[in-house]
Amino acid sequence: MSVDAHLPILQIIVPMLTAPVVTLLRVPSLPWAAATAASLVAFSVALSLVGAVDTASPIIYELGGWQAPYGIVLHVDHFSALLLVIITGASSVALAFGKPSLDQQVGQERAPMFYAAWLLVVSGLCGMAATGDAFNLFVFLEISSLATYVLIAAGPDRRALMATFRYLILGTIGATFYLVGVGLIYMMTGTLNLEDMAVRIGDVADLRPILVAAGFITVGLALKAAMFPLHVWMPNAYTFAPHVATVFLAACSTKAAIYVLIRFDHVVFLPHLSEHGELTTGFLMPLAVLAFLVGSAVAVFERNLKRMLGYSSVAQIGYILLGVSLLSTTGLTGAIVHMFNHALMKSALFMAVACLAFRANSVQLPDIAGAGRAMPLTMAAFVIAGLSMVGVPLTAGFVSKWYLVLACLEYGAVGYGLAALVLIASLLALVYVWKVVETAYFKPRPAGAPELSEAPPMMLAVLWVMALANVWFGVNTDFTLGLAGNAARALSGMGP
Amino acid sequence: MSGATAIALALGIPLAGALGIAVTGRWANLRETVTLVTAVVLALVVWSLVPGVFAGARPELEITTLLDTLSIGFRVEPLGMLFGALAATLWIVNSIYSIGYMRGNDEKHQTRFYVCFAIAIFAAVGVAFAGNLLTLFAFYEVLTISTYPLVSHKGDAATIRSARVYLGILLSTSIGLLLPAMIWTYAVAGTLEFTPGGILDSLSGPAVGLLLGMYAFGIGKAALMPVHRWLPAAMVAPTPVSALLHAVAVVKAGVFTVLKVVVYVFGIDLLAGGGFSQWLVYLAGGTIVLASLIAMTRDNLKARLAYSTVSQLSYIVLGAALATASGVIGGALHIATHAAGKITLFFCAGAIYTALHKTEVSQLRGLGPVMPFTFAAFTIGAISIIGLPPFGGLWSKWYLALGALETGQLFAVTVLMLSSLLNIWYLLQIPFLAFFGRPSPDSAVSGVQEAPLACLVAIGLTSAATVALFFLADPLYELAARVPLR
Repeated sequence: MSVDAHLPILQIIVPMLTAPVVTLLRVPSLPWAAATAASLVAFSVALSLVGAVDTASPIIYELGGWQAPYGIVLHVDHFSALLLVIITGASSVALAFGKPSLDQQVGQERAPMFYAAWLLVVSGLCGMAATGDAFNLFVFLEISSLATYVLIAAGPDRRALMATFRYLILGTIGATFYLVGVGLIYMMTGTLNLEDMAVRIGDVADLRPILVAAGFITVGLALKAAMFPLHVWMPNAYTFAPHVATVFLAACSTKAAIYVLIRFDHVVFLPHLSEHGELTTGFLMPLAVLAFLVGSAVAVFERNLKRMLGYSSVAQIGYILLGVSLLSTTGLTGAIVHMFNHALMKSALFMAVACLAFRANSVQLPDIAGAGRAMPLTMAAFVIAGLSMVGVPLTAGFVSKWYLVLACLEYGAVGYGLAALVLIASLLALVYVWKVVETAYFKPRPAGAPELSEAPPMMLAVLWVMALANVWFGVNTDFTLGLAGNAARALSGMGP
Repeated sequence: MSGATAIALALGIPLAGALGIAVTGRWANLRETVTLVTAVVLALVVWSLVPGVFAGARPELEITTLLDTLSIGFRVEPLGMLFGALAATLWIVNSIYSIGYMRGNDEKHQTRFYVCFAIAIFAAVGVAFAGNLLTLFAFYEVLTISTYPLVSHKGDAATIRSARVYLGILLSTSIGLLLPAMIWTYAVAGTLEFTPGGILDSLSGPAVGLLLGMYAFGIGKAALMPVHRWLPAAMVAPTPVSALLHAVAVVKAGVFTVLKVVVYVFGIDLLAGGGFSQWLVYLAGGTIVLASLIAMTRDNLKARLAYSTVSQLSYIVLGAALATASGVIGGALHIATHAAGKITLFFCAGAIYTALHKTEVSQLRGLGPVMPFTFAAFTIGAISIIGLPPFGGLWSKWYLALGALETGQLFAVTVLMLSSLLNIWYLLQIPFLAFFGRPSPDSAVSGVQEAPLACLVAIGLTSAATVALFFLADPLYELAARVPLR
């Protein structure tokens, strides 16, 4: 067998096996280099997987040669390939971007453990995206969660510990809910393989344990996905984590939970549970709408840049879940493409904030006054990514907003109202992005504040790659819409 | 030079100019040379498209396809040709004027000013040549954002507040109404390309009127009441900005978009057939009269001119809402004739501020002999806007009234005539006070004290243009008459 056949598993084991090696590297900068290299390998594997699923989807990889449904299989289709690209891509760019900032915030002393935890997060999230087994998924969920707590707790501020503790409690509850749900389904169907489950659940559909399981799984994953009002752990976790860890986590950690939610809904529940569609819509839609309205509104009044972007993420997750709740192919395409585009824009924004914080030593809005003049390149990139988040044409954000609104309009009378609300929330996004722009460009630097200078070239270079990616994927949508469209059609049962 | 190259150049030149201005910012004379050279080259390139468009060519430039049938592309048709040529030509005059004004008043951040100005012109050309609604929308937003630093130029708290009103209204209307209107159009028609005769054949009933409303108010730059508040707020900007952007490029981009949407998205047959635009006739008529009445109460010269602009913009919306050939021609002509007249008035207001630091109408009493040239030019501009011969303003009003008569809209005819009377009152009052009023004792200014030469040259050029538009209106009419209506 050639290497190609093993691509799905390489994704997971390369970062996982590099992690313990990294803990042993006691030479400065070496842990970073090893983690970045492993992450880049995983990224290139993810890209080859995208090419591979184009010819044959899904790719089934039997671990240890044990056939499904008895053994554990990895199941990689268009949707998981896109998510793998998001996860490994976000990890690679964040690592390539953030060495100076991480040195400043984490320090050489703790570096080996920090980078090992980072790789375990990558490994866990990739596992969630690639596995085709419900219990195996729980294991990967726990790996990624536990490692994430380490990343957040590594923040230099002691409040990071409190934020971590809160996330730990809520995250564990979420994971437990998921496990309870999977346990109930296993009790009724006797299988853990998702594809097999989708077949067997037909015999026991609409029995109470299955309905309860659907409820547990949905709520548990919604908690991990930071769906409003279960988002309370997120803004603080993002705020107090090291800046570069925030770049990575904001781009992909909640996406993995949303991915699992979509997968479970469309593969297992929707085809067999008679009322599941109505329940999903009824549960997700109001909360999604509240998420993007409340999240955006809170962000408008927030003066801490990272927390502001954290609440903005609450809102963006609302958009994604709105697309999911519409239960149409267009809605699903919009949701999936927004998962990718949101990763692009949010990582670029958090990178810009990391650059600002690297020089200003603060993420409070008033402390970056005058940054437009002192750090023109950083702020210009912030503006581009900000416009993308508002959804201005020629940016990635526009493509996903366009699909979401189109899906809303297809939905009928209620949809018109939803479309209007989406646009109102975009206006709110404009307000909070503008607040930053106005402070940075049009407010003079207060007397006595430390002088700012442009961020290190390495950080700037990667920041600009991401900012330009926001433009590129707004102009050339072949890659994103191609994958998202195929994924959505496959999930809706229309074939890729 | 092929059409596509010319379009690419027309977009690239102002951007390159902005870059050049930023680089040469340290040497003021060199920077101003870059501005002027850029403006002249841009005008030459844009004008090089005119003969072809006259002959029926429709140069196109396709940049990229975003998704499905949505694309970023350009297509020059008569209406866009007219607007593009107007903006590019007046930029030269305005640049000459800006040099006199900005130096005469010792303004700060002059480099930022010229850079943003060049970007705004880039956006205006993009709006003019846009081949579909999406492209137009993108450049419309660039125009809004690039003019914010110009409006907030002074940088004090009151200016920032006004600039926020400016930005807030323009962005919220465009994202809140124009964007959904566009998406709705796309959902119905499956395309956003500007097509003669319109693309909304499958839409009928009250939905047409509703969609038209979303467009009319979504295009906030057309300053239809009640979304006109941003325009008076924008008057905190330095006067060259008010002159070119808030009398020509920005506001005309708004009414131009309205005309484009009516002609190429709805198609005048659809609107005229069901009478779906009748409400817009009344609303535009109401805006014309109300804004004139408000203008009469304003003592601040620029505020008065701003309300006059609000009123005059609705002439063009009215022309579009009439949904007849004459209405569209009148509206298109008015884009040009009002531009020449209003830019002259703003130039004069700025000249008065530069020379004498007067901002209120009541302070101008008896100052005619001090600035004879400026006030003479003001009179010319005012008469052109009122619509009397021998100035260009007559023709646009002529065709608008014709269009109103053709459709039997006596209301619209009455509004047009009433507005002329109100214009006489609040515009001619100013030179009248200046020449025949008794100077107030505390403003003891004697002798002739005009603005810097660069300002006067610009004023002379635009006043001459109002006369030229009267005698040489035929090519302009021919261009407007070539707008394909079906």
